[in-house]
Amino acid sequence: MIQLTNANWNNQAENEELVLKPFLVIIFISLTTFVQSAPLRIVITEGVIEPLPYAAPEFIGETGASNELAIKITELVKSDILGTGLFREVPKSSYISGINNFSSPIQYSDWKAINVQALLTGSVLVTGEKLSVKFRLFDVFSNNELGKGLQFNSTKQGWRRIAHKVADEVYSRITGEQGYFDSRIVYVAETGKKGSRKKRLAIMDFDGANSKYLTDGSYMVLAPRFSPTGERVLYTSYETGTPQIYVIEVSTGKRTVLKNRKGTMSFAPRFSPDGQSVVYSLEQGGNTDIYVINLRNNSRARLTSAPSIETAPSFSPDGSKIIFESDRSGTQQLYVMSSLGGSAKRISSGGGRYGTPVWSPRGDRIAFTKQSRGRFHIGVMRVDGSKERLLTASFLDEGPTWSPNGRVIMFTRETQGESGVSALYSVDVSGRNLKKVTTRDGGSDPSWSPLGK
Amino acid sequence: MTKFGFYFCTISVIFLSGCSQNASIPFSTNVMPNGSSAKFEGDVSDPGSIAFFKNNVGDRVLFSIDQSDIDQSGKDILLAQVDWLQVNSDYKIIIEGHADERGTREYNLALGARRANSAREFLVSRGIESSRIQTVSFGKERPVELCSKENCYSENRRAVSVVSNLNF
Repeated sequence: MIQLTNANWNNQAENEELVLKPFLVIIFISLTTFVQSAPLRIVITEGVIEPLPYAAPEFIGETGASNELAIKITELVKSDILGTGLFREVPKSSYISGINNFSSPIQYSDWKAINVQALLTGSVLVTGEKLSVKFRLFDVFSNNELGKGLQFNSTKQGWRRIAHKVADEVYSRITGEQGYFDSRIVYVAETGKKGSRKKRLAIMDFDGANSKYLTDGSYMVLAPRFSPTGERVLYTSYETGTPQIYVIEVSTGKRTVLKNRKGTMSFAPRFSPDGQSVVYSLEQGGNTDIYVINLRNNSRARLTSAPSIETAPSFSPDGSKIIFESDRSGTQQLYVMSSLGGSAKRISSGGGRYGTPVWSPRGDRIAFTKQSRGRFHIGVMRVDGSKERLLTASFLDEGPTWSPNGRVIMFTRETQGESGVSALYSVDVSGRNLKKVTTRDGGSDPSWSPLGK
Repeated sequence: MTKFGFYFCTISVIFLSGCSQNASIPFSTNVMPNGSSAKFEGDVSDPGSIAFFKNNVGDRVLFSIDQSDIDQSGKDILLAQVDWLQVNSDYKIIIEGHADERGTREYNLALGARRANSAREFLVSRGIESSRIQTVSFGKERPVELCSKENCYSENRRAVSVVSNLNF
């Protein structure tokens, strides 16, 4: 069971942090007293969660010109919140009183009567190209506001990010954990038939919006990985005919190749937590081992030296360790070693094969792909290999990536047969809430960005 | 651009007319069976043609699940390749290693590389100069048979020798 430990949230500190961020300006709205001991809370555990009933009446459009975006923003906030599986929406048809004015006092009894526990209200003001969104969250059963009212300012084009930020705040205030809605996914967009599939690097918002291609599909790309700040992406490309690793700057599209020695193949790259190094696999003479390259001075070091296959390395969040897969025992298994190399300790012990390990953002878990009895699973285990839990099962699930808060895992699911297609799916670490992620084309190899700033 | 890269660029001159330094052309024209490249492979009746190599010598060896060692039928094919390459000494060869779809992406890339290297080592051990051979792995990305059954998987676990009379 994952029990939340930081139950005492400090919204004030979080707000101050947000104020510093360049894209958005946050203003505290003077309001009712803030009660520190707010009882409204979802503690996310592995057990069954009864979804929390909430209501989010349409945000008030402060002018006629604001109404359209007010509707869209409300819908997107609700979509984010409901998508977690932790909330249940009380339908508008049961409302006793509506919200006609963002500043009016809340009639708590009207919301209690229909069993709404969390009430979200908001207002939207469009002035020319400028957009301003305010919201408040209420803990209905304690007759109090939960946290303080916030205002986000941006441009009209930024409305989706604003909505995601509102949803992140709501999620954070109720669960005590950071959200994951204002984030992006880099992945491989797949089109065409199975035998000649076109694979392009693509990036999109976590909910599938604002999708765009980063490569043109004239050569195959594999397994993109975000940098720790989300500004750069590593990927493997067949552009020159042989797999090589590239770094692309997301905002400019500027690319750098980490050049191979002739006759070698490099792939499976991931950034170190400080973004300065890349750990990857290099194949030479049929043997694949793990190497690390320092991006500042291009110095390289070999971390494993074995005749077996060593690949899919992933750093621990503190940078001190690397988890990877190796078939040195005969089948693919998971091993942990120092980030300087040296001896490695096997941590996977169940029946079957284990691959594509990824360290969780909190550092306490490993997500992996498991093959067992003809099925593929996404699973999680503790760093010492204990408490293995399989979250999914299908013909082919692989390649997990963690949401920034470590609560959700996204992965590739491929269906079988000649008409088999690849798609992105997500599942909570609890194993609940399995769903397909919206993508324009088929998709594989997702990598989840950090939360937006 | 590396010599390796130049090689493919040159290939593309033939097939596609026009090639810039940054040509973004699909890597391997042989990956699509019955592709349009066939007519450039010469006549199958000409023992010195690429078509003859593919059809009469045999351009691929197959592997068991997870394995990269070459069985007797694979050795027979590679020995025939050795004979052909010794006669047709202008030809170079790229060995492409592949895996079936029942594995994770990175592992299958490494496994395909192992297979390509097994074939390379065999050819070298029988006297083909290693400078004539390059290897690359496509992992599970380029299946020739598309069903999700063992009869397809066994065709996909392969090392394919792609010959060309152009320099690397």
